Amino acid sequence: MKLTRIVRLIVILCLLQSVSLWAQEAQPLQANAAVEVQVERLSTQLRCLVCQNQTIADSHAELAQDLKQEIREMAAKGMTDQAIIDYLVARYGDFVRYKPPFNPATSFLWLGPFGLLLAGGFGLFVMLRRRQKMSADVPLSADEARKVSELLK
Amino acid sequence: MIPEIGHFSLILALLVSLVLGSFPIIGAARGNTVWMGLAKPLAGVQFVLIAFAFLCLVYAFAFMDYSVLYVANNSNSKLPLQFRIAAVWGGHEGSLLLWALILSIWTVAVSLFSKRIPDDMRARILGVMGLISVGFLLFMLMVSNPFERLIPAALDGRDLNPLLQDPGMIFHPPMLYMGYVGFSVAFAFSIAALLGGQLDAAWARWSRPWTILAWIFLTVGIMAGSNWAYYELGWGGWWFWDAVENASFMPWLVGTALIHSLAVTEKRGSFKAWTVLLAICAFSLSLLGTFLVRSGVLTSVHAFATDPRRGIFILAFLVVVIGGSLLLFAWRASTVGRGGKFDVVSRESFLLANNVLLAVAALSVLLGTLYPLFLDALNLGKISVGPPYFDAVFAPLMAPAIFLMGVGPIARWKEAALPELAKRLRWAFGISIATAVILPLMLGNFTPMIGLGLFLAFWVFATTAELVYQRLGKSDLPLMGRIKANSRSWWGMVIAHLGIAVFVLGVTIVKGFESEIAVKMLPGDVAHLAGYDFTFDGVVDRKGPNYEASHGQIHVTKNGVLRTILEPEKRLYTVTNMPMTEAGISPHLIHDLYASLGEPLDGGAWSVRIYHKPMVEWVWFGCLMMAFGGFLALADKRYRLKKRAPSKEITSKAVKSSKKAKA
Amino acid sequence: MKRGLIPLAIFLIVVGFLFKGLFLDPREVPSPLVGKPAPQFSLPRLDNPETKFSPKDMLGKVWLFNVWASWCGACRDEHPILVELSKAGFVPVIGMDYKDTRPEAQQWLDQGGNPYNVVAVDADGRVGIDYGVYGVPETYVIDKAGMIAYKQIGPVTYDALRDKIIPLVKRLQAQ
Repeated sequence: MKLTRIVRLIVILCLLQSVSLWAQEAQPLQANAAVEVQVERLSTQLRCLVCQNQTIADSHAELAQDLKQEIREMAAKGMTDQAIIDYLVARYGDFVRYKPPFNPATSFLWLGPFGLLLAGGFGLFVMLRRRQKMSADVPLSADEARKVSELLK
Repeated sequence: MIPEIGHFSLILALLVSLVLGSFPIIGAARGNTVWMGLAKPLAGVQFVLIAFAFLCLVYAFAFMDYSVLYVANNSNSKLPLQFRIAAVWGGHEGSLLLWALILSIWTVAVSLFSKRIPDDMRARILGVMGLISVGFLLFMLMVSNPFERLIPAALDGRDLNPLLQDPGMIFHPPMLYMGYVGFSVAFAFSIAALLGGQLDAAWARWSRPWTILAWIFLTVGIMAGSNWAYYELGWGGWWFWDAVENASFMPWLVGTALIHSLAVTEKRGSFKAWTVLLAICAFSLSLLGTFLVRSGVLTSVHAFATDPRRGIFILAFLVVVIGGSLLLFAWRASTVGRGGKFDVVSRESFLLANNVLLAVAALSVLLGTLYPLFLDALNLGKISVGPPYFDAVFAPLMAPAIFLMGVGPIARWKEAALPELAKRLRWAFGISIATAVILPLMLGNFTPMIGLGLFLAFWVFATTAELVYQRLGKSDLPLMGRIKANSRSWWGMVIAHLGIAVFVLGVTIVKGFESEIAVKMLPGDVAHLAGYDFTFDGVVDRKGPNYEASHGQIHVTKNGVLRTILEPEKRLYTVTNMPMTEAGISPHLIHDLYASLGEPLDGGAWSVRIYHKPMVEWVWFGCLMMAFGGFLALADKRYRLKKRAPSKEITSKAVKSSKKAKA
Repeated sequence: MKRGLIPLAIFLIVVGFLFKGLFLDPREVPSPLVGKPAPQFSLPRLDNPETKFSPKDMLGKVWLFNVWASWCGACRDEHPILVELSKAGFVPVIGMDYKDTRPEAQQWLDQGGNPYNVVAVDADGRVGIDYGVYGVPETYVIDKAGMIAYKQIGPVTYDALRDKIIPLVKRLQAQ
């Protein structure tokens, strides 16, 4: 009697085990996770040339998928981020960089805002000081003082 | 027939606008009351005519009149009714008509709710708004006629872009336009003040509610657009620094500076020239945005189909309106007069610093948006300026402004002492720094940006708490009494500032701690993210009114307990043959769970992207709080219209009694 | 008055740029490869998959390199122009079939005429990426030394031929 019960228990446990085996772990879309991290990172820094308003990470365009595949292969070969970006810039120009480079032509772009801030801050300070000096109370002339005392009577 | 009637109505509206834009202004300069009095009825007639034309276009869309070119390009028989109506503003010509309609709504509203404004000023304000209408109506009638016929008529339309077939399309553009166009009122007030040489605290009091109202609409409109992009585009992004998003954000930044500047002009009589310039700039940026979207000068997902003639017309219009107003400013700003004196450290100077920061931020966004054009025009190469630039530049500019938000309301007008301020803000500072360091470490990821964001958010929370505590804590009244003792305008400021803190907190947390996975899923597969288990239940085919869909289902469990079901969809719109993803989203206060279907793979599997977005809903909730704060400020008792009656009574009584006395 | 003119001045400068911008195309991505050697490749030919084509084969000649596909609508517009150009016979046109299938490509040529001396098949688009192709059609003018002299983005139009391509080809051929 006891043995059949134990056997039944074991069979049930095995069945339960196999049921949970059916619920498979979802496989990541790409096999090599380490490479994929680099691909994702680079994809968010590069512009899709077809849609032009998205990164190749977000774009569904075929060219974006092709470029991602190319990047994947370069990353798998061990190329650095900078090398991969240089590879694409050599073919597509600086336009493909989502973040504009810093060079003489773009220096005004990068430094402009802070230059404006400094100019604004300086202008503000100067204006505040000037305002203070200007509206400093001017003593009344004798004429005005007489008028004031008459009015106050 | 109906489109022709609509077209004719627009021509009549143009004539009315021409009269509205000339006679009242000349009348104000000459003191001619008859001509000045024309403004109000003309505003009403203009509104009726444009509204009628708009309804004609709605009719053409609702009843599928494909002999109208614009309808044929933007609609389709299978398109559900609500989207057929939203399609009215889905393209260039119709959205211009919406612009004109909303401008006429604001014009007639100003004509109706301006009893306390002197006649000559009102005449000038309505006249300026009439002139702007002239520009838009002329533009429409000359190069962008929504009623243009297509002969022979198309058998069916080309359909509205599937991305626009969404409730967001019904809501976002009208809200946004109400905001953009609403800044024309502040603009008109400023031009009227410059023309009349009269700019004082009273002027600020009259123009402030209109400006706040426009600002509220713009805030809600931008928020709606961001939220729409989030659930519509399928990859969880909600702000892209796209040229057209920037075109709406720049007026918002300047509009915010304007509201603060108007508050100072109203209370203290200071900042007059600055306020006028900000009002001109806010509306100028709105007009510039209109140009950028329709001229083909920049690429954008929002850009309408382009035509160089349109670009040249709008540019000419910009030169006349903006150039003219800036010229007027340069000439007349000195007549506006200088306001009261205030110290280098005072609430005024903090507000002025705030304005400078907001203005620099707006200019920086403009710089980044137009820079590719600058380089291309100078033949210096082709670059693109993406979010990394804007994020890098905008956050450091806004940080001091947000910091000032904690200091400004506590500082005294005219003269404040730094040591006293520092003392009062000590513990708020301490709490913010501590939270900024400890919280990210607790949550597992500390970076300087996260630290900065948390510091600023909690700084505003803590300083606002201190402010409210001080204000409410001093009397013997019960709590409601103490709350009511402070004006709605003040509470509006408190809530709006808290809204910004909530927004910053949401942005910081979602950007610092969001996570995603991209997996291949067969029915039954389980993926794991952020402690949740996502089980793919497979995909069924579904048919919509004008699309076919693969409807997926993913059920989400945590520790075996079912939490929610996500239903992402992949649709193919049959008319345009365009695929679209509808994300499956489960929004919560603490986080959003977000899934989108990618491509079908072999063997019945699908590529699926799953995102965990902590506190993303706070981003939009913060915006709603800002809008609510604005609404409270509007509802402040000083703007109640009833007040006039008692003073009239008193004067008439006084006249009667003095007559009696003389008799 | 003077300081008040600053906003106006800034505005007018911006307007100048916007005006210039009306005549530029923001979507056009100019190629950084102009003035550089044409990237090397070796692709199978459409007519004979066993044999390969490579740019080295064209050294010493000026030639046009046209990237096209049977699924591309704009290519339909430029095709008759290319056919006419090839009949004139003064510059060889090499085609590259981009991300296409052989039967459809062959059918397209049978229907529209074949302006190409050779058609190379770039099935996966890799060579396209090397050439900075981001849309179809695109055409390159390559000189005798194998350097890229010019890139035509979008379909070849009569205007482009008359104003840019033919004068350039003549100049390069005279070198």
